[in-house]
Amino acid sequence: MINLFHLSVTVNGTLYEQEVEPRLLLSDFLRHDLGLSGTHVGCEHGVCGACTILFDNEPARSCLMFAVQAHGHKVITVEGLGTIDRLHPLQEAFWEAHGLQCGFCTPGFLTTLVPFLEKNPDPSEEEIREAISGNLCRCTGYQHIMDAVKLAAEKMRD
Amino acid sequence: MTKQFIGKRIKRNEDPRLLTGQALFVDDVEIPGMLHAAFLRCDYAHARILSIDVSAARERPGVVAVFTAEDMGKDWEPGPPLVSPPPTLQGVTFHSRRQAPLVKDKVRHAGETVAVVIAESRYIAEDAVEDISVEYDPLPVIVDLGKALEPDSPLVHDDLDSNLAAHLYQQKGNYEAAKAQADVVIKKRFYLDRGAAVAMENRGIVAHWDEKSKQLIIWDTTQAPIAIRNGTAVRLGLSENQVRVIAPYIGGGFGPKMMMFYPEEILIPWVSMKLCRPVKWIEDRRENFYATTSEREQLHDVEMALTKEGRIMGLKDDFLHDTGAFDPYGLTLPLNTQCHLMGGYDIENFSSNCTAIFTNKPIVTPVRGAGRQQGIYVIERMVDFAAKELAIDPLEIRKKNFIPPDAFPYNNVIVDQAFAPLILDSGNYLPVYEKAVEMIGYEQFVKEEQPRLRAEGKHVGIAITPFIETTGVGPYEGARVQIETSGKVYVSSGYSTQGQGHFTSFAQIVSEQLGVAVSDVRIVTGDTAEFHWGTGTFASRGAVVVGNAVHAAASAVRQKVLKLASKVLATPEDALELEDGKVRIADIPHTSISLGELAALANPLRGAVEPGTEPGLEATDYFGPQYGATAFGTHAMIIEVDTETMMIEIKRYIAVEDCGRVLNPLIVDGQIHGGVSMGIGNAYYEKLHFDENGQILNASLADYLIVTAYEMPPRIEIGHGETLSPLSKLGTKGVGEAGAIPVPALFAQALENALLDYDLEILETPLSPNRLFELLYKS
Repeated sequence: MINLFHLSVTVNGTLYEQEVEPRLLLSDFLRHDLGLSGTHVGCEHGVCGACTILFDNEPARSCLMFAVQAHGHKVITVEGLGTIDRLHPLQEAFWEAHGLQCGFCTPGFLTTLVPFLEKNPDPSEEEIREAISGNLCRCTGYQHIMDAVKLAAEKMRD
Repeated sequence: MTKQFIGKRIKRNEDPRLLTGQALFVDDVEIPGMLHAAFLRCDYAHARILSIDVSAARERPGVVAVFTAEDMGKDWEPGPPLVSPPPTLQGVTFHSRRQAPLVKDKVRHAGETVAVVIAESRYIAEDAVEDISVEYDPLPVIVDLGKALEPDSPLVHDDLDSNLAAHLYQQKGNYEAAKAQADVVIKKRFYLDRGAAVAMENRGIVAHWDEKSKQLIIWDTTQAPIAIRNGTAVRLGLSENQVRVIAPYIGGGFGPKMMMFYPEEILIPWVSMKLCRPVKWIEDRRENFYATTSEREQLHDVEMALTKEGRIMGLKDDFLHDTGAFDPYGLTLPLNTQCHLMGGYDIENFSSNCTAIFTNKPIVTPVRGAGRQQGIYVIERMVDFAAKELAIDPLEIRKKNFIPPDAFPYNNVIVDQAFAPLILDSGNYLPVYEKAVEMIGYEQFVKEEQPRLRAEGKHVGIAITPFIETTGVGPYEGARVQIETSGKVYVSSGYSTQGQGHFTSFAQIVSEQLGVAVSDVRIVTGDTAEFHWGTGTFASRGAVVVGNAVHAAASAVRQKVLKLASKVLATPEDALELEDGKVRIADIPHTSISLGELAALANPLRGAVEPGTEPGLEATDYFGPQYGATAFGTHAMIIEVDTETMMIEIKRYIAVEDCGRVLNPLIVDGQIHGGVSMGIGNAYYEKLHFDENGQILNASLADYLIVTAYEMPPRIEIGHGETLSPLSKLGTKGVGEAGAIPVPALFAQALENALLDYDLEILETPLSPNRLFELLYKS
């Protein structure tokens, strides 16, 4: 008999209370229990970055966390960054610069980059490359992603 | 016709959904009552199954069923071949052996499926997999390509005399005669090894058999939904119209998602029918390394005969090709290799034996480049060695041998993967080559910068590699274009999409014909309910085959629009123009009718229609090219090598690409960038390491190193040629794989050049910092 844990977590501004198994991964909780499937799972070993979410405003790998570790904390997923009718400037920039192809890795890049740009409003090429070095993309070769970040920084400064 | 849309850098229709996490990928499918599958996979690369005991697994709470091959009864059967050898090739030996949904007698590669657990959650299913006990009799393993044909080698398939999977021979002219006349004959042996596609999304499938409606819906990360639908229907005794296969948004394909069938792909729908419940299986990353296909291992013994002026008189290449434990993909890969062994050079005499060999390794099927890199690697290396041997400048020797522009269509005689003789439809190689030379500043670098840097002790190298890429092969694709009463245009095709931008590039073709905004064209791909016929997304054929089908259908709709509008506006057709979603009279622009209104008029609810009219403003058309269109290009690179760490830094990277008519330059640039990043991985960072027991030693993203932003050059500078293909109205050629094709050859040339003082001879790929250290230390 598994003891369920009474989880209480705020995701994209909404408080969720649910009984979960302690071993339930945060990525699975977000995707399947909450239906927020924008966070993607690429490896489940913390390397690819596709599962990156904001945990108390800092980027974190949701595949390497248990949902219960988020108890009492604040999580933001890609769905919390913008909507189709109101894109975040970073999302707009990715769109204009063709910073995505299949789109699978994209949510992880977006959640990684939002706090980066908030802290670094005028990043150098070096700094951008370092910021995205922990996210894998197999489609774009990263060049248009770099362009998107530069464009986003411009948009966010205005 | 004003070119307003084709050739423009238009941002993609599909992006807002992808950017906001609103796009459906297979693992996002949730159906009430859905069960989850987990597989028991064999860790041995070669072992007989003595017994399987699933009783404990079946007892576990939350487990609904456990199946082995025996439980499938008469439904158990190996899969059909996806591709058969070309009937047009003479004297082919081909032993077809295909993978089965669950292993019955013996396991032939590590990772093969032995049992499947179906449970309330993936977590419980994985727990139950651990409950299963299997008794194996491990057998000796064969992984070494060079040893697999020895008489005492373990046999992958016991009903065959050897591990020979296939043999074919192709020739052009008379190589032996050419060799006898030649001034110089160069001989080399090259070894190329495996790499994986590593799409960011692993494979997955959701199958939902509804017993009441007798309908089967499948969501599958496949590049070929129609083939899967047709094959599944046959397998399960259903009509094609009872089966719907949806390839929704797919997180990267690159080749391996094109198969029929992966064991899981035929098993999960069968399970769903058995249990009358929806069933989901999602591959995890470790499974992906074993259970998803990979390629590139070949061993080439090559000879090139030349005159002393550097004119290539003939090429001979006998090579071994690893096909893994099964060969469902026919001879596609070796044929692609053979068809690129002559590159873009005018070589009159050619001879090539290919021997495909079974090994106890995962199945080999195309990965971006699909055997073409190996061909280009061999020819470009041979030309480099010839240049050295004859003391001819490596650029000059190439210029001397390029197929001249007036020789097209150029018939290379040998048969290609599409069963047709290899005819290069069009090409103009010299300008593209010279553009790359100019863009990288070759003269200046070689004369000034390189000597200066070398004097400082730096190891910098430059390389320039031309290549061709066969694209746009048949058999055919189709499209249906319909103007809806909203004025928006709906387009469906049997094709599928994995990020290439089809929702936009195909829309641009429609916009060009119908004068509607690109964002008002809704392209649907990857759903067999929306379009009935097609083959699949492979071999860089979308822009050519689908593009031209879309163009033909859109043109037909344009004709219908003009015909109807001409009646409605009482104006001759040639005085009308289509713009901004309306049909206008050219001289009296206020007089117009919207496409939506016309669409409504074209589908009347009352009254009589003229005989021979079809309802609506809709047309379906197909395009089947006679043969493939050959794209080409040249890449150039300057790298620096640190001879202590063996780490490299790409200082500059140039890609000059000629893919015929460009539909959307933004998308083409993206394809080139992505291809180059895979090429760089293939050349210097990625390799699937198998040990002698057929185990993959680096089956994780921490150990199999795909390129990050740090490994890329600061900027890939792109140049373009635009030699239109005469094979279609649009004149397009494919570009999806081009970025990856010349890179291993480019790296070999660049590293030799950078390490000139080490007198290195590179005869293999992939390399790596470790491997380069070994090569330098040995010399």
